[in-house]
Amino acid sequence: MAALLELKGLVKRFQSFTAVNGISLSVPAGEVLGFLGPNGAGKSTTMKMATGFLEPDEGSAFICGIDVHTDPREARRQLGYLPEGAPAYGEMPVHSFLKFCAAMRGLSGSEGRAAIDKAVGRTELGGVLEQPIETMSKGFKRRVGLAQAILHEPPVLILDEPTDGLDPNQKHQVRELISDMAKGRAIVISTHILEEVDAVCTRAVIIDRGRIVADGTADQLRKLAPGKAKSLDEAFRAVTAGEAAGNAQEAANV
Amino acid sequence: MSDILAVFRRELSGYFATPIAYVFLIIFVMLSGLFTFYVGNLYERGIADLQPFFIYVPWLFLVLVPAIAMRLWSEERRTGTIELLLTLPSATWAAVGGKWLAGLVFVAVALACTVPLWITVNYLGEPDNGVIAVSYLGALALAGVYLAIGGCMSALTSNQVIAFVLGVAACFIFVTAGTPIVLDGLREIAPEPVVEAMAALSAITHYDGLQRGLIDLPAVVWTLSMTAFWLFATGVTVELKKGA
Repeated sequence: MAALLELKGLVKRFQSFTAVNGISLSVPAGEVLGFLGPNGAGKSTTMKMATGFLEPDEGSAFICGIDVHTDPREARRQLGYLPEGAPAYGEMPVHSFLKFCAAMRGLSGSEGRAAIDKAVGRTELGGVLEQPIETMSKGFKRRVGLAQAILHEPPVLILDEPTDGLDPNQKHQVRELISDMAKGRAIVISTHILEEVDAVCTRAVIIDRGRIVADGTADQLRKLAPGKAKSLDEAFRAVTAGEAAGNAQEAANV
Repeated sequence: MSDILAVFRRELSGYFATPIAYVFLIIFVMLSGLFTFYVGNLYERGIADLQPFFIYVPWLFLVLVPAIAMRLWSEERRTGTIELLLTLPSATWAAVGGKWLAGLVFVAVALACTVPLWITVNYLGEPDNGVIAVSYLGALALAGVYLAIGGCMSALTSNQVIAFVLGVAACFIFVTAGTPIVLDGLREIAPEPVVEAMAALSAITHYDGLQRGLIDLPAVVWTLSMTAFWLFATGVTVELKKGA
């Protein structure tokens, strides 16, 4: 089966610093891919290139077989994206914001209303529709971001830290939503919460300093742990150098 | 087309969602009145026209229009919504156009608030209403150019204050480029064609004609090409700076 999301050799450099150094991935329908890595490993940069927001220095990204950089509009029609921190227009009430996002996607009139109703139902935002987004809690803001991403029922969902800053109940709710959406879709979620892998992901990729260092199911990743305690934590620490080690190595290279 | 409209609507309602719009409108109307009656001596001149108002419009706009334009892009960059906006299935130029249009309609509302001045001169005498109508059109066209420049400056930075200062400075260059002080000074050091080119780029040169009720081709070409150029520059800047 063809992959819905395909990344081929993505490279991104900022001045002399290489943030992403040759990442290739393919995500078929039905898969929820956990994108893990220490802070600064290149998770968000990779996602930004996958969505077409950033232009890669090398490589390309395909959404449903459409090249993100040669046909960005068509590719983005197939994509729902929650950027890091779930940015939204703070002064807008939830309903106006979703209406704006729907209009930008060409969903208007009764079609738009139906899409908004469905997304609002799924993210349980019904009670706060007239509230300005900036007055809401972090959890609600994140749900508004999610509602915006799933509005048009996209085959590919890219969610950058969808559960960051949520309380355990809200996390549970978002994970259920992701699992519900998974059928027939390719979903990528970035996170540094390892329990998320067991909770929602069918597969996980760990990246470190711009490269993929591990790829597999949660159980396969556990086997990478060196000690007796085969935990994801241990495996994560074993395959990623961590900031201190990375800096030491950089210093040694200089 | 529906995306331009969506951005336009969102941006325009954004102005009115905060007190900014009302503060701006009140200050604009107050300053217009002040300049027209006190500085421009509308009564003492004894002529029923709106020259005393329109002569100060380029200078009023110089400060007020960059204030409208400053948030257009820098706010998006500061809050990160630019990432959302530019990953929706819409071209960057649609967002550029929608935002500019929202600013223009807002200025049009501000200008409409000065219509009592128009009514006043009609009450006092018999002004040439055609000239006044063209002057209003000229003022709006000038605002369109300022907005395009200010929007481009806003795309350069995520700081609204910096965007405002840059906007005022850039607009100031295009206003003063046609004044005798600049042109005479330039004549000392540069050949005549350069001086003429400078004058042709200036807002004042073209605005003067419109103020007298004259719509000539150079003014139209200047307005359209300046607006188009700066909107294009805005799009390029947005694309270049979005990752930073």
